[in-house]
Amino acid sequence: MNRAIEQLTKVDASGLAARDDLEHANAQARMDNLSFSLAAGDNPASFTQKYTDVKSEKDALIKIAHGTTTLAFKFKGGVIVAVDSRATMGSVISSQTVKKVIEINPHLLGTIAGGAADCCFWERVLSMQCRLYELRNKKRISVAAASKMLVNLVLRYKGMGLSMGTMIIGYDKNGPGLFYVDSEGQRLENNLFSVGSGSTFAYGVLDAHYKYDMEPEEAIELARRAIYHATHRDAFSGGFVRMYWMKEDGWVTMPLEDVGELYYKYNPEIQLTNASESPITVTSV
Amino acid sequence: MSIMEYCGAAIVAMVGKDCVAIASDKRLGQQQLTVDMEFQKVFPITERTYIGLSGLATDVKTLHDRLRMRVNLYKHREERVIEPKTFTHLLSHMLYERRFGSYFISPVVAGLDKNNRPYICALDTIGCIDSSSDFVVCGTAATNLYGACESLWEPDLGPEELFETISQTLLSSIDRDAMSGWGAVVHIITPSGVITRDLKSRMD
Repeated sequence: MNRAIEQLTKVDASGLAARDDLEHANAQARMDNLSFSLAAGDNPASFTQKYTDVKSEKDALIKIAHGTTTLAFKFKGGVIVAVDSRATMGSVISSQTVKKVIEINPHLLGTIAGGAADCCFWERVLSMQCRLYELRNKKRISVAAASKMLVNLVLRYKGMGLSMGTMIIGYDKNGPGLFYVDSEGQRLENNLFSVGSGSTFAYGVLDAHYKYDMEPEEAIELARRAIYHATHRDAFSGGFVRMYWMKEDGWVTMPLEDVGELYYKYNPEIQLTNASESPITVTSV
Repeated sequence: MSIMEYCGAAIVAMVGKDCVAIASDKRLGQQQLTVDMEFQKVFPITERTYIGLSGLATDVKTLHDRLRMRVNLYKHREERVIEPKTFTHLLSHMLYERRFGSYFISPVVAGLDKNNRPYICALDTIGCIDSSSDFVVCGTAATNLYGACESLWEPDLGPEELFETISQTLLSSIDRDAMSGWGAVVHIITPSGVITRDLKSRMD
């Protein structure tokens, strides 16, 4: 074990002393030696793209699970992260119980939108890199550095058909952190993000009611409502509302809520007659 | 995405003992966007013949209007109510008239004839009649509906059992189809009248 750490932390001795978090992240991305086998031919990227259907716009051979609503916002009590749980392939609902939040470590979370496999794989690579950083530097990685590591990882595969729109959420010495990272290489910091096919609906609810100075109960209810409204209008979002609350000492999970039941909770006036109360007996027209 | 999947629909009809049932979802969508959750897709043609129209919403409306006109003309000319089988052939002919520019609709017909015998059938966009003695389906959830029907349907169900079967079939099928759902309606056609019930379903 010690030997493994020694081997992995050798980088430290190679003259990269005293540098800030971001520089270190850049260096790390160059260090890792991931390699993928590519399709044969002159241009493997365009070959793969021809047969890959990322946005279900074409009848491709390779269909990627997609369709999502994810959101995260900062407020005075930390960061709330909420996601739906539906996975679709074409118009078929392949699962209603997907986990679209990846627990990178007890102080970092990542959300999934776009290609599920891409997000899962790269955020797992990220979680390895974050752990190595902790071992080398004897301190936790900042959210800014972690998210920068992720863009640097995916940027090297830009134009090769990666599809991911992810948020990196955490808490570090600068307070709560929230970054948006996508496969185009975009990396943004803000107080509020929503990603996925249902994001427009979630933004509508969030923009109408978001305030930084919300109480935790208000913030949780806002996130729940935003996901609920998105699942209601967006065919490719649904299932359950899955929620995390990022606090100073790490994230905590909130209970799962079934969207199928939330609709009738938010609309209590909808009462249909129970079939047993009006049995089909022979009555004249 | 095909124009037939643009709006989303799930329609099923089943034969019971001296009764038939027809059920549909209520969603109107524009691809992934859900626009309406009270969209009517099943229409009464006579007091005991119903039609379900799945496909492009504008054609659902147009075809229903034109069918109503043709059925009224039939009633005036013949001085009797049209039979489900006759109606199906009228519809088939109307669809084939547009052989080279068809309506984006695949219809389902369900009814009882003058001897109270159940009649159900499905048609394709250009009017090929596919009559059946057990169940017919159409819409974006058609494959899901076939699976559910094959395992839940059995012969000689009474009206109340048929209601339960068709409701479970429809609800479990739309739960696995992203393009349909958002409420459902069931019509049970019996010799003594039609019972219509709305179903409570997931709204995501």
